[in-house]
Amino acid sequence: MTQALDEIKIGGLGASRKRVEDDRFIRGKGNYTDDITLPGMLHMEILRSPLAHARIKSIDASKAWDIPGVHLVLTGDMMATRNLAWMPTLSYDTQAVLATDKVRFQGQEVACVIADDPYIAKDACEAIDVDYEPLPVIVNPTQAVADGAPVIRDDKENQAGNVIYHWEVGDAAGTDRAFEQADVISRLQLHYPRSHPSPIECCGSIADFNRATSKLTVYMTTQAPHIIRAAVALVAELPEQMIRIISPDIGGGFGNKVPVYPGYVCSILASILLERPVKWIEDKTGNLISTGFARDVYLDGEMALRRDGKILGVRMGCDADHGAFFSDAQPSKFKLGLIHSAFAAYDIPVAHLMARGIYTNKAPGGVAYRCSFRVTEAMFFQERMVQAAADDLGMDQAEFRRMNFVKDEDFPHRTPLGFLTDSGQYAKCLDVGLKAVGYEDFRKRQEEARARGRLLGLGISTMTEPLGAGNSREYDILGIKMFDSAELKVHMTGKAIVRTGARGQGQGHETTWAQIVAHELGIPAEDIVVEEGDTDTAPFGMGTYASRSTPVAGAAVAMVSRKIRAKARKLAAHLLEVSEEDVEWELGRFYVRSAPDRGVTIQECAMAAYSNMPDGMEPGLENTAYYDPPNLTWPFAVYIVTVEVDPATGVWDVLTTVAVDDCGIRINPMIVEGQIMGGLTEAYAMANMQFITFDAEGNCIGSNYMDYLLPTAWETPGFELHSEVVTPCPHHPIGAKGIGECAAVGGPAAFVNAVIDALTGTGVRNIDMPLLPDRVWEAITYRRDVSGAPPVRSDD
Amino acid sequence: MTVVYEDLGDEAEGAAVPVRRIRFSINGKKMIAEVEPRLLLSHLIRRGIGLTGTHMGCDTTNCGACTVLVKGPGEAGGGRPVKSCTMLAVQVDGREITTVEGLAMKGAGEAGGGLHPLQEGFKEEHGLQCGFCTPGMMMAAKALLDENPDPTEEDVRWALSGNLCRCTGYQNIVKSVLWAAAKLRAESAG
Repeated sequence: MTQALDEIKIGGLGASRKRVEDDRFIRGKGNYTDDITLPGMLHMEILRSPLAHARIKSIDASKAWDIPGVHLVLTGDMMATRNLAWMPTLSYDTQAVLATDKVRFQGQEVACVIADDPYIAKDACEAIDVDYEPLPVIVNPTQAVADGAPVIRDDKENQAGNVIYHWEVGDAAGTDRAFEQADVISRLQLHYPRSHPSPIECCGSIADFNRATSKLTVYMTTQAPHIIRAAVALVAELPEQMIRIISPDIGGGFGNKVPVYPGYVCSILASILLERPVKWIEDKTGNLISTGFARDVYLDGEMALRRDGKILGVRMGCDADHGAFFSDAQPSKFKLGLIHSAFAAYDIPVAHLMARGIYTNKAPGGVAYRCSFRVTEAMFFQERMVQAAADDLGMDQAEFRRMNFVKDEDFPHRTPLGFLTDSGQYAKCLDVGLKAVGYEDFRKRQEEARARGRLLGLGISTMTEPLGAGNSREYDILGIKMFDSAELKVHMTGKAIVRTGARGQGQGHETTWAQIVAHELGIPAEDIVVEEGDTDTAPFGMGTYASRSTPVAGAAVAMVSRKIRAKARKLAAHLLEVSEEDVEWELGRFYVRSAPDRGVTIQECAMAAYSNMPDGMEPGLENTAYYDPPNLTWPFAVYIVTVEVDPATGVWDVLTTVAVDDCGIRINPMIVEGQIMGGLTEAYAMANMQFITFDAEGNCIGSNYMDYLLPTAWETPGFELHSEVVTPCPHHPIGAKGIGECAAVGGPAAFVNAVIDALTGTGVRNIDMPLLPDRVWEAITYRRDVSGAPPVRSDD
Repeated sequence: MTVVYEDLGDEAEGAAVPVRRIRFSINGKKMIAEVEPRLLLSHLIRRGIGLTGTHMGCDTTNCGACTVLVKGPGEAGGGRPVKSCTMLAVQVDGREITTVEGLAMKGAGEAGGGLHPLQEGFKEEHGLQCGFCTPGMMMAAKALLDENPDPTEEDVRWALSGNLCRCTGYQNIVKSVLWAAAKLRAESAG
């Protein structure tokens, strides 16, 4: 007679457990970086360049020094004397910390003031007199590669023009042959506009250098504290054991808080010079105009098609605008992230991708904004291209996709651009989505509405996203392999603490990691505390971004739990006075195989580890696991959106949004659904309103929330989520796949496809995001595509 | 804010920062503060009083993370929602402020830790993720429920349209507020 615990009751796998972290957040007792005050703390503000491209003729900071309460004014020249005017980026480029020779984008850091009070520091910034000589400004790749274009990075030796890299993936010759055999060739060109992750909390840091101990403690808004520790050790040449990075509660990350920013570096140097804690908290404009942007890629491609609908091959070209410094935070081997994951869900024999990276006078730092390194651009182009191809063939959107999907029995599947997908039920997900939206019925209503002059549209988007970098063979950042870690300490009373190398920013790790331990060991989740973000206590890990926490750190939590269980089994055998082979496990309890009612609980084993271990056994019940995943995880999703477009105004309303996500085993369904809804909202935002653009002088349009539009509760549509398709990951220890970003990655194309679908008959193939009413109105009225980012629009 | 700095003997006469004395109450507690006229209310609350539950997201009255309730003398109800980054501290002279830390004050120590139904609702319906917008959301929602105890989904969406959230997609926030409204109605009926 076994006595296994009810896993849901103890908060194990599959329990929609209420979140542990909420208890402090709902009371206003979170501990974000700006909430921390240290004794003797000073405040830092940054003076930024008002111009996008200019030579600095002189900087006169004397008036700033004279303001009472000012302790230090840092300029590029002062940084240069300490070899800190420039820093290496995560993409093997260099980035100015404080400008010395030139400013290369609007908002670039020019000087810093450290004062008693942030108001005084701001006053002092305004008192700094910088004499600029304006230079010609480049705001897009076309201008950057034009003959005679000024070289933006003239600080670099051997940088002749503005091209950063050429990168090629796939089979060029094979793709050429596929196109020779095509019945139909479908083409599409589009721009995925620049966006900004824009968490509500801006970036910031408090550097605290203690001269007496030589220890540097930095509290900062980072999604990857261990990477920061390594960067500080290498850049500032401080001994790594004397650097402690603490990432307190983070008010949203979405990729924005992965890179190393000049503000962090300046606050650290200021604290070392002044021997006092120095706090830097960015304002919203600083965040929007200078920190990690996302997207800004011009995509064009063509698809070779057989008349019956079979895709024979794909060509894809990408011109990526990286801004003034190539500081993308991504695996080093892949120049444009995982953009070559495009078309992974379709059975396409051959493909070829060419990417080019380009410098412009715009902010640097292409980050994986709620995606796994440029996957969003890849999936967007894929699904827009698929829609265009089906339209060109006159085929049904759903049928064309179904026909070309990788079939369930064909896994593992090598994608035409080199990935190995391992699992999925693509057609089943599509069926669930079509049924939910009432596909056939909607098509009928669409026709009837059209006859009455009303424009209804339906857009389908599917995506499979490579989530959970590594494996370490292929994925590293500056040579540091992309594995992750977990440490589990079970105390003598059977309670436990888990620490990982990840760092959540709202994903609920404090709740879900405990659920994994509960699943593996039967210790109730409420008896387990989770801690992350302190490099002095957490095991080394690469941090939380690109949906890698559950695939990698979450796997490490499962693996370390199994190590603990293996030791507990020995303790159980000792307590039960049988050999280890005679001991069986059920959730929370070992028992004697031949006498199941003779057993010991995991808690009794924990006590024995400290009080009654067998002779020769090392005391304690603690362990650490480093997990190097054999492959990425490959969730799949179908998003279907229906809209009505008002032909008189170009305004479009969302009628329904259906999401079918197959992310394998769901650790906490409530949290998974929260992630999907958040992602869908960002997808809607990008399709509808959210973008950052620049005028011809390089002024950032979108430097505050009045210009950079984010959807509120009023605009955001409701969502219908479906969880009935579950394909466990074949290699993840608990069968989970990443999920935090899928909807933001796959969602935008569903909204855009729906609007384009509503415009059937006008000949319009593309409107670039965001689909602002004036763009849609222009497309309807003039029956033409509206493509390209201002100010290069041909009609401007 | 108090400012102490090194006396280098070169300070111009009369450069002293002007200071205004104000009296107000915060979460039911009477306070006196001496503040620079330009000091923002959000900074008075966060740095002056040390109540860090009121967050600053944008400093431009857009995101609503810093929303608090301000009640003038003689006004009825629990106060109007105000984005404290766009109100000067001197403007609360003679007024009553309620922040997120004041939501749970009644009945602390009771079952549920004396939480306000809005706080319970946000946890119950997974109405928060990173938690940064949450205090402002709850304060804006409180102002709504003080006026309209039985709001529709549309009422809630409109009342919260001055508060941005980047994590949740709002659907669960709306559910959280409706959960709280139902609980408050049940409590007042019982």
